Amino acid sequence: MTPPREPLFLARQNYRRRRLADAARLVPVLGALLFMIPILATSGGGASTARGGMYVFLVWLALIGVAGFLSRRLVERSGAASPAPGDDNKGGEPVRENG
Amino acid sequence: MVGFNILVLVCLGYVIMLFLVAFAADKRAREGRDRWLRAPVVYTLSLSIYCTAWTFYGAVGYAARSGLEFVTIYLGPTLVMVGWWWALRKLVRIGRAQRVTSIADLISSRYGKSNLLGVIVTLLAVVGTTPYIALQLQSVTLSFSVFAAGRPEGWALPDLNATALWVAVGLALFTILFGTRNLDANERHHGVVTAIAVEAVVKLVALLAVGVFVVWGVAGGPAEITRIIEESPIATWQMNPGRWASLTFLSAAAFLTLPRMFQVLVVENVEERQLGTAAWAFPLYLFLMSLFVVPIAVVGLKVMPAGSNPDLFVLTVPLSFDQEPLAMLSFLGGFSSATSMVIVAAIALSTMVSNHIVMPIWLSARKGGASVSGDVRHLVLLSRRLSIGGVLLLGYLYFRFSGGGAALAAIGLISFAGVAQVLPALLGGLFWRGAARNGAAAGLIAGFTIWAYSLFLPSFGEAGILSATTMANGPWGIGWLRPQALFGIEGMDPVVHAIFWSMLLNTGAFFLFSLASFPTPLERLQGAQFVNVFEHTRSARGWTRGGAEAEDLMVMAQRIMGGPQAQALFQSQAAAQGKEGYLPDVTPDFIERLERELSGSVGAATAHAMVGQIVGGASVSVEDLMAVADEAQQILEYSSRLETQSEELTRTARQLSEANEKLTQLSIQKDAFLSQISHELRTPMTSIRAFSEILMDGGPLGAQDQHKYSSIIQDEAIRLTRLLDDLLDLSVLENGQVILNPQNENLTVILDRAVAATSSIGAGPELEVLRDGGREDVWLYTDTDRLAQVFINLIANARKYCDAATPRLTISVTRRDNTLQIDFIDNGSGIPTESQGVIFEKFSRLSDQAKAGGAGLGLAICREIMDKLGGKVTYLPGQGGGAFRVAMPLSPLNSA
Repeated sequence: MTPPREPLFLARQNYRRRRLADAARLVPVLGALLFMIPILATSGGGASTARGGMYVFLVWLALIGVAGFLSRRLVERSGAASPAPGDDNKGGEPVRENG
Repeated sequence: MVGFNILVLVCLGYVIMLFLVAFAADKRAREGRDRWLRAPVVYTLSLSIYCTAWTFYGAVGYAARSGLEFVTIYLGPTLVMVGWWWALRKLVRIGRAQRVTSIADLISSRYGKSNLLGVIVTLLAVVGTTPYIALQLQSVTLSFSVFAAGRPEGWALPDLNATALWVAVGLALFTILFGTRNLDANERHHGVVTAIAVEAVVKLVALLAVGVFVVWGVAGGPAEITRIIEESPIATWQMNPGRWASLTFLSAAAFLTLPRMFQVLVVENVEERQLGTAAWAFPLYLFLMSLFVVPIAVVGLKVMPAGSNPDLFVLTVPLSFDQEPLAMLSFLGGFSSATSMVIVAAIALSTMVSNHIVMPIWLSARKGGASVSGDVRHLVLLSRRLSIGGVLLLGYLYFRFSGGGAALAAIGLISFAGVAQVLPALLGGLFWRGAARNGAAAGLIAGFTIWAYSLFLPSFGEAGILSATTMANGPWGIGWLRPQALFGIEGMDPVVHAIFWSMLLNTGAFFLFSLASFPTPLERLQGAQFVNVFEHTRSARGWTRGGAEAEDLMVMAQRIMGGPQAQALFQSQAAAQGKEGYLPDVTPDFIERLERELSGSVGAATAHAMVGQIVGGASVSVEDLMAVADEAQQILEYSSRLETQSEELTRTARQLSEANEKLTQLSIQKDAFLSQISHELRTPMTSIRAFSEILMDGGPLGAQDQHKYSSIIQDEAIRLTRLLDDLLDLSVLENGQVILNPQNENLTVILDRAVAATSSIGAGPELEVLRDGGREDVWLYTDTDRLAQVFINLIANARKYCDAATPRLTISVTRRDNTLQIDFIDNGSGIPTESQGVIFEKFSRLSDQAKAGGAGLGLAICREIMDKLGGKVTYLPGQGGGAFRVAMPLSPLNSA
């Protein structure tokens, strides 16, 4: 599937942007894992709602922070003007803006 | 205590404010001042329709019953939003590239524009959403009754059913007013979105205010509230692992597939930046909405008498502390949550019903197909308005007949599980090229059936559709078909059970049938475009050159998009091909583009069917299929430079051949004209010579004969002079030696003068001239005599050439931006397409010479005059007769 002329090495800026996108893809996976941890923690029974709630809300806030940081960087790097060409867009014509 | 009247007044005032907000936003957008309407924060706030009355009231009730489990409903969407780079970005990009109008449209478009899938998803959405709308009506009426019940001596308890009915009617009205304003469903509903953003702020502020009051006002600080939680009945976390995981999954799935969420996420999205902001801002909104849910629940459990409805703690707790303004704010918050959800859901569902059910039925019921004339826009808008009313009526009926007994959370989950059945077809369509129509249909039907059988029908209770014995022993005593213990697996929670089996069988059927089927070419094209949306920024073609006439396509496009929009589209396409006028070549690219524009109004499947009726069937050529294959794709990319060059060459060649054709025709015409002009000059000359010879001979002529002959000589001389005048006029105009005498004059006066001047010309049936008086009232600063000359020429032409039995000429005036357009449209047979290019050339005359009585210079003079006046005169095809458009700029000084 991979086109043969895909460059082997990328410029530093492109390289960083791709890793940034990788990180953005990882966030929900990490979040899902952290949100499922209470299943293990409560399997012994008798966990407290107050402390459990604190854990869930803290993880939540951390996710918001990380997502905020990454998405701001991603939007900036994709260029201010929309539509942002995706990292895997190989220089095609930009999509027509509607409406 | 707040009286019922005050409550109603506050409600009315709030609704009127929303109307004003929506109205103002629509007005701003129309004037083009929509910058802040496109701000990411407005988009984020509009997503908050995810938080319905279910969140506002139900979350606290849920927490009071099952502790922390309520939070799963918000964790799912949070994960989807922070993972926007996976699915949402692609979804939004596809939504914009394909001009998707609803989730049903997306599924139908992905799987080869299949209307079958559109219908299935639409039905699923309607069935899944109706209980949810009923739930909103129920919560509004319940909150009314809280205020009623709290007053011991007070006013009679309002009739709940009547309240619900009035709420439903009001919502329908609002939705119809602001939701069906523009036909293009792919366009943004600025008014609605802004009103919803305002409501989002109101409900957040209300819930936070109640939370702050409970934590700091009642409990006395965070430490105290922790102590109250530890002492409450929900102090220990009753974790049900199955429900925890599957509800998180379910809410994530529903967030993507709920019709109303799809509407705000994808259809109302304008640019990807908005998504980037919403990726963290919307989870933050959810976080704030859930932050105080547990505190409110535990305080409610503590202070309220046993047996009071925990779903209403948000209202009853402030009331029990006599905090009436706070209770009122909280009431408005609940009201906002309910109304915003109903409005967007009704818009989304009405688009789906009208595009996938009403339009296809109408199309197949009409014998003439898509090419007959008449405006379809009214039909589409009407069907959308009726659908909005219908959806709300269904919700109201469900509310009436279900009795509204079940806890809010239970109804919400049933609804979620229903719409989540679209998920496999949606994600499969986004990420897997092999996903096929049969697979999607089989999966949807399987999932929908299991959901209905194991969750939806049992929700009506044992007295409902499934009897108690069926529930306990299975239908006809077949044990492994028991609705809540399918295949003999017992002991699962009913919701988890239904999600597990429906999703498993749905996904299984989807994969199995996809693997086994062989999709049609169109479906494979669409699949490639969806899956590789970031690479295929230019669309592959679904049409080969058909036998369609551009004029037929224009007639159809005008009916759906409206005259000006369609004309602008055709003109710009023609210009892109390097052609003048309104009729581009019917290239596959052009058909593709046109179809996409149409699908923004009526959905992909209907647009495809309508274009297909004219072009003659869906046809994809072998070359087009090759373009889909990866090998061909690589070659295409490799030679993209060559391609652009050859495209340019094609364009140049087209222009050249057009110019050549024109030259050839002109040369033929010139030859014809030369013989014609010599003939025209010769005929009067001959008679002048003959009669002057008679007079010169001085024979025995009476005074009467003498007078007769000399007047013939004079008439012929005048004819000659006129001919020479015309030629002279034209050459003056062409050489730019003309001097204009601009003056201020009203268009009405100029047109009056032109009509009066032409009323005496010609024999034959009287020409009826239709004008629209009001719009003609425009002041112009131009050479009015020259302009009148143009008008006279056009009207005289209509008089001469209109071949209808009762000739009629319509003069319509429109203003677009800074241009004044005056259209002269008659009801004759018009000008054939092949001649439209030459009528403005000198010496061109289409009909027989005798009838015309001129040298064929009239239109050429018109064109020169309009050039000098800074305007344009063009032929306007596709109007059902001969039609000319005079366009001229309104100078800024005089446009007021």
